[in-house]
Amino acid sequence: MSNKTLRIEGVTRTFPGRGRAAPTLALQPTSLEVAPGEFVAILGPSGCGKSTLLRIVAGLDQPSAGSVALDGAPVTGPGPDRGMVFQSYTLFPWLTVERNIRYGLEERGLPEAEQRAIAARFIDRTGLRGFENHWPRQLSGGMQQRCALARALANDPEILLLDEPFGALDHQTRELMQELLLEIWQADRKTVLFVTHDIDEAVFLANRVLVMSARPGRIKAEVAVPLPYPREWTVKTTPEFGALKARLMAEIREEVRKAAIA
Amino acid sequence: MQPLKPVSPGARLVLGAGFFAVFLGAWAFVTYGGHVPALFLASPGRTLSSGWSLLTEYGFLGDIAVTVFRVVGGFLIAAVMAVPLGLLMGAFKPVEAFFEPFFSFCRYLPASAFIPLLILWAGVGEAQKLSVIVIGSVFQLVIMVAVVAGATRPDLVEAAATLGSRPVSILRRVVIPAAAPQIAETLRLVLGWAWTYVIVAELIGASSGIGHMIMDSQRLLDTGQMIFGIVVIGVIGLVTDFAVKSLNRWLFPWAAL
Repeated sequence: MSNKTLRIEGVTRTFPGRGRAAPTLALQPTSLEVAPGEFVAILGPSGCGKSTLLRIVAGLDQPSAGSVALDGAPVTGPGPDRGMVFQSYTLFPWLTVERNIRYGLEERGLPEAEQRAIAARFIDRTGLRGFENHWPRQLSGGMQQRCALARALANDPEILLLDEPFGALDHQTRELMQELLLEIWQADRKTVLFVTHDIDEAVFLANRVLVMSARPGRIKAEVAVPLPYPREWTVKTTPEFGALKARLMAEIREEVRKAAIA
Repeated sequence: MQPLKPVSPGARLVLGAGFFAVFLGAWAFVTYGGHVPALFLASPGRTLSSGWSLLTEYGFLGDIAVTVFRVVGGFLIAAVMAVPLGLLMGAFKPVEAFFEPFFSFCRYLPASAFIPLLILWAGVGEAQKLSVIVIGSVFQLVIMVAVVAGATRPDLVEAAATLGSRPVSILRRVVIPAAAPQIAETLRLVLGWAWTYVIVAELIGASSGIGHMIMDSQRLLDTGQMIFGIVVIGVIGLVTDFAVKSLNRWLFPWAAL
């Protein structure tokens, strides 16, 4: 269980123009507070700056203005307190599944026995038992992302940043991954910031969905998801789920249209 | 034949050996057929017998050993200098900005042009031979290693950073392992070039080595010996190439080389 609050205040990002081109405003001043243990989904059309916002929280990108702080401590760069899973497959190809999961633990200098014990726990939780000694290139896309999730969780971060982690997976695998993630979150209640453009995914997982506008991005709507946890996949067929989905769809359609014209 | 359709291993072997056969056939045809004077081009048989006498009577194995020693020695010195620097340049852009222009300039300096200078500085001993190879390989290697290291996937570097790795640790745990297979391939390539430099170095001011033997044979108009010397270099090259390739496959089982 996390106990630190993430505070994003007036974060703006402008990308400098190339040559004579005008600079691009990717993210309008954005403020957001994420309480410990929340599961917040950021929903938006492609290119709206939602990944930029997540990268700033991760410390992989610097805001042009504004600040990010985790429990009052300003974020100045990447760190193990903010674990991240990327859309692209980022397992280290030269490390086996088990060594990938131990990467952050090795970095911290934990004794090897402890590293192995922690890795074993997350191998079990993500259903990778039997694949510990496989190379990443021998795994399917879904398994690679499960391993990436295990690697981030094994490091025990305060907050988990997920940047469309299931975006490259086929629909069925994606749904299984959502259930796996939900199961883990329901057990651990770690703070999650989840970027996606999939409405179903956002409603199914999150307790709060933020809708971002087309570029330059800003948070244009906030929708609480009052569906009780633990959630099962069957929740997707309930009228409550349908109503939330319809509402978010209306919000986002407009933005997608704007993004398509721009 | 379909574009890009792979060929079976057996067919690959037959085709590869086939061209050697065609080449030998053409050689035999022009020499045994009397289309070329024997003075200018020895026949395959003549070449083999010259080679045999070289090996048994003139101690050519010693020459081969000396040349191999020079190639490997010079190449190792170049690699020990170039690989760490190339890695630093690839990983840290200010380091690259500092060295890259100068090394790009040096890369175009022909190693053979240094031979007269090197004879002045280092005499005609081993130091001079090794220097030629080092000069010929080191700048190429630095630039190529820097390019390989610089091509490390940025998302892997970012993933490592979010797992708590600091810059030095990222270099050690991400950039180096990510670049290692390509660096090994680069070393294999440049080792081949080192063979060119050693022969050039041995053509001038040497008293031993394959190049020296070739030079001596020219004075005696023994084209058989000259061709045998060149073929030996080719065979050694082919064998090392094959060995290094297998070594790389064994060292980097995770990469689909």
